Amino acid sequence: MNHRFLRGMSDGIPICLGYLSVSFGFGILAVKSGLSPLQASVISASNLTSAGQKAGLDVIAAGGAIIEMILLQLTINIRYSLMALSLSQKLDRRFTTPHRLMASYGITDEIFAVCSAQKELLTPAYMYGMILVAAVGWVTGTALGAAAGELLPPSVSSAMEIVLFGMFIAIVIPPAKKQRSVLIVIAAAAAISVFFRYVLPMVSDGFAIIIAAVAASVLAAVFFPVRDEEGASP
Amino acid sequence: MSIAVYIIVMAGVTYLIRMIPFTFFRRKINSRFFRSFLHYIPYAVLSAMTVPAIFYTTDNIWTAAAGTAVAVVLAFFEMPLIVVALAASGAAFLLGLFM
Repeated sequence: MNHRFLRGMSDGIPICLGYLSVSFGFGILAVKSGLSPLQASVISASNLTSAGQKAGLDVIAAGGAIIEMILLQLTINIRYSLMALSLSQKLDRRFTTPHRLMASYGITDEIFAVCSAQKELLTPAYMYGMILVAAVGWVTGTALGAAAGELLPPSVSSAMEIVLFGMFIAIVIPPAKKQRSVLIVIAAAAAISVFFRYVLPMVSDGFAIIIAAVAASVLAAVFFPVRDEEGASP
Repeated sequence: MSIAVYIIVMAGVTYLIRMIPFTFFRRKINSRFFRSFLHYIPYAVLSAMTVPAIFYTTDNIWTAAAGTAVAVVLAFFEMPLIVVALAASGAAFLLGLFM
């Protein structure tokens, strides 16, 4: 098998483990909202996103309007546009239009994080390997959660929810050690995000993340512009 | 409203959000400001998603804080992603046994 595909799979294993635990919780919630395990699994396979799926469940359970579903998904998931734009700057020449159409399905927070931490250009095979492993974890976890509900003791499932955030920390800290500008960006984004959570809680999580990330990055781009060779390839 | 319609709309909107910039944005960005912005955005997004949400992951803010502290220390020493992620979870679980 293609070695890039295998490397993508191996880099995707932590994502897969994190997804297994998080989507397990989604599966439980979906069944509680009146969906079948099959419907829950189809949602996970076709959406591959956590917050958007959770919000979507709420609309389905409430019998909400389609326009509400569209606006909600746009708000919560628009951050993926920024991530897709950022990744578009570091694609290998092998990334032709059909590959772009397929790989864009798999741009999640975690896959984006791992891909943007790569030093070299991204190839389709690498992304497919990672997306495959991550999606298998996401759908399997959903199906297990929906079918087997509360088999795990709460102490275990609760501790598992921190896995993905632990991975985020592992991605941002090493560059922050080396570049003071990155340290300032992560501190500013965290501070703005905290401000929204406690001072303006009426702003949805999706919007709060976008505003915090854009504001911190604009500040950094103004005060610490990157040199040409390091631009857009974190 | 059929559940299938909801699912198709959800999946369609989410896919388009990812696909349009990824597929149709081909130019190399020349603006130094915009290149800098895109250099910083991944770190900013991850940080804004993690803080303060990480403190509400486990049932108890102290076990979450312990997991966070372990993750920060191990990340500082540049341990592999999977090690940091699982150690954070393990620390939260262990402390949870005593609370």
